[in-house]
Amino acid sequence: MANVTIPVGPQHPALKEPECFKVTLDGEKIVGVEIRLGYNHRGIEKACEERTIVQSQYILERVCGICSHSHSTCFLMAVEEAGKIEVPRRALWIRTLIGELERIHSHLLWLGVAGHELGFDTLLMYTWRDRELVMDLLALISGNRVNYNMNVLGGARRDITDAHRAEIRKALPVFRERTAYYARVAQEESTLIARLSGVGRLTKEEAIFYNANGPTARGSGVDRDTRRDDPYLAFPELEFEVVLDDHSDVYGRTLVRIGELMQTYDLIEQIIDGLPEGPIGPARAIRRVAAGEAVSRYEAPRGEDIHYVCTNGTDKVERVKVRAPTLGNLPAVVRMLEGGFLADVPIVVAAIDPCFSCTDRGIRVARSQGQDVWDADALRAYAIEFYRKRGLDLTRVKAPGR
Amino acid sequence: MSHHPGRMVGELLRHSVRQPATIRYPAVKADLPDKFRGRIQFIAERCIGCRMCMRDCPSNAIHITKEGDKRFSCRIYLDRCIYCAQCVDTCPKDALYATMDFELAAFTHDALQRDYDAPPATAEPEAPPAPETKDSEGTGPGA
Ligand code: SF4
Ligand code: SF4
Repeated sequence: MANVTIPVGPQHPALKEPECFKVTLDGEKIVGVEIRLGYNHRGIEKACEERTIVQSQYILERVCGICSHSHSTCFLMAVEEAGKIEVPRRALWIRTLIGELERIHSHLLWLGVAGHELGFDTLLMYTWRDRELVMDLLALISGNRVNYNMNVLGGARRDITDAHRAEIRKALPVFRERTAYYARVAQEESTLIARLSGVGRLTKEEAIFYNANGPTARGSGVDRDTRRDDPYLAFPELEFEVVLDDHSDVYGRTLVRIGELMQTYDLIEQIIDGLPEGPIGPARAIRRVAAGEAVSRYEAPRGEDIHYVCTNGTDKVERVKVRAPTLGNLPAVVRMLEGGFLADVPIVVAAIDPCFSCTDRGIRVARSQGQDVWDADALRAYAIEFYRKRGLDLTRVKAPGR
Repeated sequence: MSHHPGRMVGELLRHSVRQPATIRYPAVKADLPDKFRGRIQFIAERCIGCRMCMRDCPSNAIHITKEGDKRFSCRIYLDRCIYCAQCVDTCPKDALYATMDFELAAFTHDALQRDYDAPPATAEPEAPPAPETKDSEGTGPGA
């Protein structure tokens, strides 16, 4: 029988986000995958160029609904580096604490979603109930459950009080006990192991070749974690282990995330024990930033988040570029799906903990055939030709900014 | 380590006799954290019309209009507001604060515009108060 091509998505390929995976099948077996991005391009980078840094911080915080703190911190770290702004030590620790609480929130959410994709909704219900505990902590510290808005340029926006620390300390044993329980379920529940083992295989070599990042890479035994390799915020002073697993499949990625949760609890304990005294931010809000450029890397729960920022000496940024972790992991997804079965598509896609809307930056993936990278002149020529065919002459419309 | 299915049965049974984890909202009022950022409220008497809030609002959601001598009204577009409360931090006169009000759903855009009137004019008769400006759509933040 001839091969059949099925579009999985753009409606809900795995999560409630738009992305299209064109899967070519030979029977049940996947022989080819093509990914199409860009269904949810929101023009965030452009919006930031037109706003001040104070405003952009909030816009970028909304790149992702889950790793919101990651994006805003990553952006501000780049701005602070470009503009040589000193951040007080206590603020760095507070940012780290929120980042790690966010990791709990994200990994527990993922565990539930993975359960759901497998038809193991019991797991979804219990992990999400436990996740409420960290949502409550984040709400207590920052005011709201998501989009914590905990950063300001050059510091943290709110302080961590002793009451907050006491609440976190009270929650940690519960988290530890629950996570240990899920680790036991993952290691002993034979249906779960059978469903996940060998699914979405990505060998260590392939993970390196396709440049996978975050838990996706670590689940294939690639020893890579920005928190340790390029320590930022308070990480130079904190101790933790990078969790690795060599199953190299969805099961391995599951174990890595559960293991990381345990490390995160240790990190949080270190932070609340060692939180340095001092100011949490600049005495007066910083608006103007000296000209410069910087790239910052941040280990978001889903993988490495990269922001490039170019400042120009005003209160705005000249350019900001966001590389969300999912974009780095998508090439590996193609590899993971090939040779697998159609029924595995949702869980394999979900296993990289994708965030498609965060990924859509309006990039064009270069392919070998044809002209792929168009500059403004080429685009203009194309547009003129396009309208000329429809009887409209636009040659005399002046290109803006020339 | 024993591998067998149904590892969560114990958990299931334990929970069948436990209280549900959900809260009974809206029958029971939601318990909000102290620093909750809900609808932004304007205190007209304090506003000096510096418009710093408009400058810093990331989503162009707040508009201050001069109504007369040292009198300013405020309109907030709740549908644009992202509840970051940057305006509250920015305001030098504490004329804005975040309320605990979060049940803001409405059927129309108009219902999501909140107008806060300027304080009543003082005794001396002056130019009639400017009519409510309807041009609040356009200008970008910081413009
Ligand atoms: S920042 Fe405060 S004082 Fe200034 S215009 Fe806004 S509300 Fe009024
Ligand atoms: S809370 Fe944020 S979005 Fe809403 S009006 Fe204030 S600054 Fe604007």
